[in-house]
Amino acid sequence: MNYEAVIGLEIHCELKTKTKIFCGCETGFGAEQNTHVCPVCLGLPGVLPTINKRVVEFGIKAGLATNCTINQYSKFDRKNYYYPDLPKNWQTSQYDLPIAEHGWVDIDTESGKKRIRLTRIHMEEDAGKLVHSGTNIKDSATSNVDYNRTGVPLLEIVSEPDLSSAEEARAYMEKIKAIMEYIDVSNCRMEEGNLRADINVSLRPEGSKELGTRTEMKNINSFKSLEDAINYEIERQTEVLEDGGHIVQETRTWDPERGITLSMRSKENAHDYRYMPEPDLPPIVTTAEQIEAFRKELPELPDARRERLQQEFGLSDYDAGIITSTRAMAEYFDAMVSEGADAKAAANWMMGDLSKNLNAEGKEIQDSPVDAKRLAQMIALIDKGTISSKIAKTVFKEMWASDASPEQIVKDKGLVQITDTKEIEGVVDAVIAANPKAVEEYKAGKKKAIGALVGQVMKQTKGKANPQMVNQLLASKLDN
Amino acid sequence: MRLFEQPAHVLHDMLVKKEITSAELTQDVLARMDEVEGDVKAYLHVTKEAALVQAKAADEKIARGDAIAFLEGIPCAIKDNICTKGVPTTCASKILEHFVPPYDATVMTKLEKEHPVMLGKTNMDEFAMGGSTENSGFYPTHNPWDTDCVPGGSSGGSAAAVAAGTAIWALGSDTGGSIRQPASFCGVVGMKPTYGRVSRYGLVAYASSLDQIGPIARDVTDCAHILNVIAGHDEMDSTSADAAVPDFTKALKEDVKGLKIGLPKEYFVKGMDADVEKTVRAAIDKFKELGAEVVEISLPHTDYAISTYYLIAPAEAATNLERYDGISYGERVNGADVVELMTNTRSEKFGEEVKRRIMIGNYALSAGYYDAYYLKALKVRTLVQQDFTEAFEKVDVIMAPTAPTPAFRIGELVSDPLQMYLQDICTVPLNLAGLPGISVPCGFSSKGMPIGLQIIGKALDEETILRAAYTYEQTQDFHTKMASIGGKNA
Amino acid sequence: MKVTKKDLDNVAVLSRLSIPEEQADKYMGQMDAFLTYVENLSGVDTEQVQPTTYALPMQNVFREDVVKPSLDREAALSNAPLKEDGYFKVPRVLEE
Repeated sequence: MNYEAVIGLEIHCELKTKTKIFCGCETGFGAEQNTHVCPVCLGLPGVLPTINKRVVEFGIKAGLATNCTINQYSKFDRKNYYYPDLPKNWQTSQYDLPIAEHGWVDIDTESGKKRIRLTRIHMEEDAGKLVHSGTNIKDSATSNVDYNRTGVPLLEIVSEPDLSSAEEARAYMEKIKAIMEYIDVSNCRMEEGNLRADINVSLRPEGSKELGTRTEMKNINSFKSLEDAINYEIERQTEVLEDGGHIVQETRTWDPERGITLSMRSKENAHDYRYMPEPDLPPIVTTAEQIEAFRKELPELPDARRERLQQEFGLSDYDAGIITSTRAMAEYFDAMVSEGADAKAAANWMMGDLSKNLNAEGKEIQDSPVDAKRLAQMIALIDKGTISSKIAKTVFKEMWASDASPEQIVKDKGLVQITDTKEIEGVVDAVIAANPKAVEEYKAGKKKAIGALVGQVMKQTKGKANPQMVNQLLASKLDN
Repeated sequence: MRLFEQPAHVLHDMLVKKEITSAELTQDVLARMDEVEGDVKAYLHVTKEAALVQAKAADEKIARGDAIAFLEGIPCAIKDNICTKGVPTTCASKILEHFVPPYDATVMTKLEKEHPVMLGKTNMDEFAMGGSTENSGFYPTHNPWDTDCVPGGSSGGSAAAVAAGTAIWALGSDTGGSIRQPASFCGVVGMKPTYGRVSRYGLVAYASSLDQIGPIARDVTDCAHILNVIAGHDEMDSTSADAAVPDFTKALKEDVKGLKIGLPKEYFVKGMDADVEKTVRAAIDKFKELGAEVVEISLPHTDYAISTYYLIAPAEAATNLERYDGISYGERVNGADVVELMTNTRSEKFGEEVKRRIMIGNYALSAGYYDAYYLKALKVRTLVQQDFTEAFEKVDVIMAPTAPTPAFRIGELVSDPLQMYLQDICTVPLNLAGLPGISVPCGFSSKGMPIGLQIIGKALDEETILRAAYTYEQTQDFHTKMASIGGKNA
Repeated sequence: MKVTKKDLDNVAVLSRLSIPEEQADKYMGQMDAFLTYVENLSGVDTEQVQPTTYALPMQNVFREDVVKPSLDREAALSNAPLKEDGYFKVPRVLEE
C-alpha cells in the first residue's frame, strides 16, 4: 500500500522587542546567566505581569501578513505545567482567543503553488534554559537553570496539517521566516533559536480522508533537521505500518547526530494544562480601524515583491522567487538596482557567484564581504566595457578578499579589457600561424574549430581581450 | 491614657506640637508588645531595631522644624503577605519560612515616602486562606478581647495588633473578607477598597481577581488618611484602577441626611447570631435618626456567593501557588529528581488548608470538570455582580453585619472547613463584585465581644462609605474602647 | 461519593502533592462534601450569562517597550536553595 504523509508545524518565533513580554528586562541573546532577570520574570511571590505593547503590535502584524483574521477581543491564559525552566510553573499563553486565526500562506511545490492554512497565531512567553551537567538531559545528575530567556516574547504560528512532504514543510517554514523578516518582527536567526518548530507527522493510505495517528517532534531548529526528521519519521512510520504494526501517539526527540527520532516514553495523560484566563492581565480589544491602520503599515510582502520583480524588471518567476525568499536578499537586490545596476545582471550575479561564495563559507547575504554597492559598481564596469564578464569573475574574487573598489582592483591588477584592434590583431595573427590544424579544420567547414583559436587568444591576453572583437577578427581573417 | 491607645491622627498632632516624640511613642508601643504579645501572638517578625532608627529619624526632622507626613513617625504593622525588601515575608507558610524579598511591594514604596515606623510583619492564615488565623503555619493569633477566641482572619495578626495596641495601624489584605471580618472580631475599623484602588504589586497572590490591600485602624479618620497614601494607579499592576484618587479625608463629614441605605434581606437570615442582628439593627436605626432613608433590598444570588467564591478562589490559588516548588526560592525538600523534589517540598511545607484548596482548585480546573465547576462559577459571579448593580440603582450604600457571629473560640470550627466557609457569607459577595466595604465597631455581644457593621459602596465610591462610617462613629464610643487584654494601662 | 480514588490521585499529581494512603479517605471525604455543597450552582440558569474573569471591566493596559534595570545576579539568586556559578541548581530533570 502507498502512504501519504500528513504534516503540520507549530513554529515558535522569537520577537525582536527590546524588553520581555511581561517585564522590562532586556531580551538580548548571549548575556551572562541570570543577569536579564527581575522579580517578575523570576516569578517571585507577589509580582504581576504587564503586557509589552509592541508584542501585541507584532502579533497583529504577523496575523495580517499571513492573511489571518485578527480577534478583536483577545486575552491571555495560564497554561499550567511544572518544569524547572518555568518559574511560575505556568506559561502565560493564549488559549481560546488568540490574537489571530484562520490564515494562509502559499508555497512553491514541484506541482506548483500550494496553499497552506494557518490555524492560529498566539502570543506567549519563552521558558528559561537548562544547562545539564552531563552530555544530555538523560545522563545528567544535576542541571543548572538560567532564566535570561524566561519571558522573551514568542509568537506560536500553528499550521493546519496541509503539508505532505519534508520539502513542503521546509518551503512553508522558509515562507514564514521570510514573512516575519519582511514585517520586521523577528531576527529569525535559527542558530540562536529565534525560530523553532514542533512537527506533527502522520501517515494515511493514499487518497484516504481520515487522519492517522501522529507523532510529535519538538524544538527543531534548522531546516536540515526539519527535513531529516520528517523524512526519517515518514520512513519509520511506513515500516511500522507495512509490518502490520500501529503508530503510538507520542512525542519523539530528533537526534541530529545519529539522524534518528527516539521515543520519549511520555506518561499517558501527563499533560492536563488546566488552562484558565489570566486574571492579572486585562483583555486586548482592537478596533477595526486600528487593524486597518496596522494593515497600512505592512511593508511589501514576499509574494507581492516577487510579482513586482517580474513585472518591473522582467525577471523569471524562479529568479524573482529566490531573490524575494528572504528579506536580506530582496534588499540586496534593491540596493544594487538603486545603485544603477541592470536588474537582470544583478539577479544573475546574486544567483551565481555571490550565492556560490556565500554557500561555500556558510555566510548569510547580510554578512557578505561584497556588499550591494560594490557589486553594482562592478556590473557598471562590465556595462562600460572596461572589463569582460570573464574578467569580472576575477574582480569579484578580489573584492571578496578585500575592501577595495572594483575600479581600484581593475587598475591595480591591470585587468582592463583590451579593445585596441591592433593589439588584438597581432595576437590573432600569431595564433593563426601557430595553429594550422585548427585553421584547416575551420576552412574545411568545421566552424566550431574557431573556439579553440578564440581560447588561445584569450589565454595569451590573460583573458583581457574583448571576446567579441577576438571573434570578429578571427572570423574575418579566416573567411578571407 | 497610654500613647498606644490613640489613633494616628491624634498622635500626629501631638508629634507636630512636640508634645511627644516618635521615640517615646515607639517605645510605648514596644513596651505594650512586651506586655501582651506573648498572649496575642500578632507578629511573625518584629523589626525593633529598624523601628527605633525610623523613630529617631522622624524626631530629628521634627526637631529641625521640618514638616512631617501624616503617617511619619507613627508605628505600624504590615501583613506578612506584603513584600518588604530585605525583611522576611513568609505568608505564614513554612514554604517561605526564610524568604526575604529583593523588592518592595508598591504599597511599601508609597508608604516609605511617608516614613512611618514599621514594627514588623503580622501573622495570618497561611497564604491568606482562612478566617481565623488558625491556619498560620507557625502559630495561631489570639483575640485581645478574649484570648480563647480567634481574632478572625486572614488578617488576624494585623487586626489583633491594632486592637491590642501593639501597632497604631496596620495593612491587611482582603480576598473574601480578610480585612473586614478580623476588624469586626477585634473591634477596630477595617476597610477593603474597590478592587484595583490599591496596587496589588508585591501582595503575594492568593486569588488574583479578588485580592485587595486595605487599612486596619483605630478609627475611620485614620483609614481615610492611610487610604490617601496607598491608593492610586500603578503601572506595575495592570488591574489597578486608572481613576483619579480623591482626598479621602474630605469625605470625613457628619452628614447622612437623605442617604439611601439598602438592607439586603438575604444577609439577615439563617445562622445569624442574635446579638449580631440586634446590634447591627440598632446601628442602622441610628442612621435613621440621623436622617438617612433605609429600604429593604434583595441580592438574590447571595446564596450562591459562597460556592462561587470557593470555586474561583481555589482555582486561582492552585495556579498562583504552583511557583512554590523548591526550585529557585523558598524551602526545598530534596528528592531524587525534580518531580520528587517539587512534590516533597509542597507536601511537607504546605499546611492542610492550603493543600485542600489547591486540590479543589485543580479539580475544578481539570479536564472534564472545568465547565461544570470553574466556568459555572465565573458565570454565577456575573449574576452576583448584577445583583449589586441593580441594587445600587436604588440605594447609595448597602449595610449588613460584617460577620454572622462574633469571634468564635479557637479550635471551634477548625475541623469543619465548610462551617468555616459559611462565616464569609456577608463579605465574599463584595470581593466577587469588586466593591469597597468598611467594617466599623457597632457594639458588643452579651459576652463582651466586638461586633462590626459593614457598609458597602459602589465601585470607586469609597468616599460615601467613609462619610457614612465617620458620621456613625461620631455618635458612639465603641471604637475608643481598648481590648481588655493585659488590663487597661497594665 | 463523587470523588474516586482515581480522581484524588489525579488531582494530587496535578497539584504536585503526595497524599499518604492513610489520609486518602479524609481528603476524599472533604472534597466530596465540598463538591456536594457547591452543587447548588447547577440550579442557577446561566444559559445566557457571560463569565466574569475580572472584578471590574478593564482592557488594553500596556507597557511601552522600554528597558528597565534587571536585578543584580546576587539579589536574583539570594533566595536560591542551591546555586552554582550564577545558576540555580536542581537535581535530575526527567523529560515529560
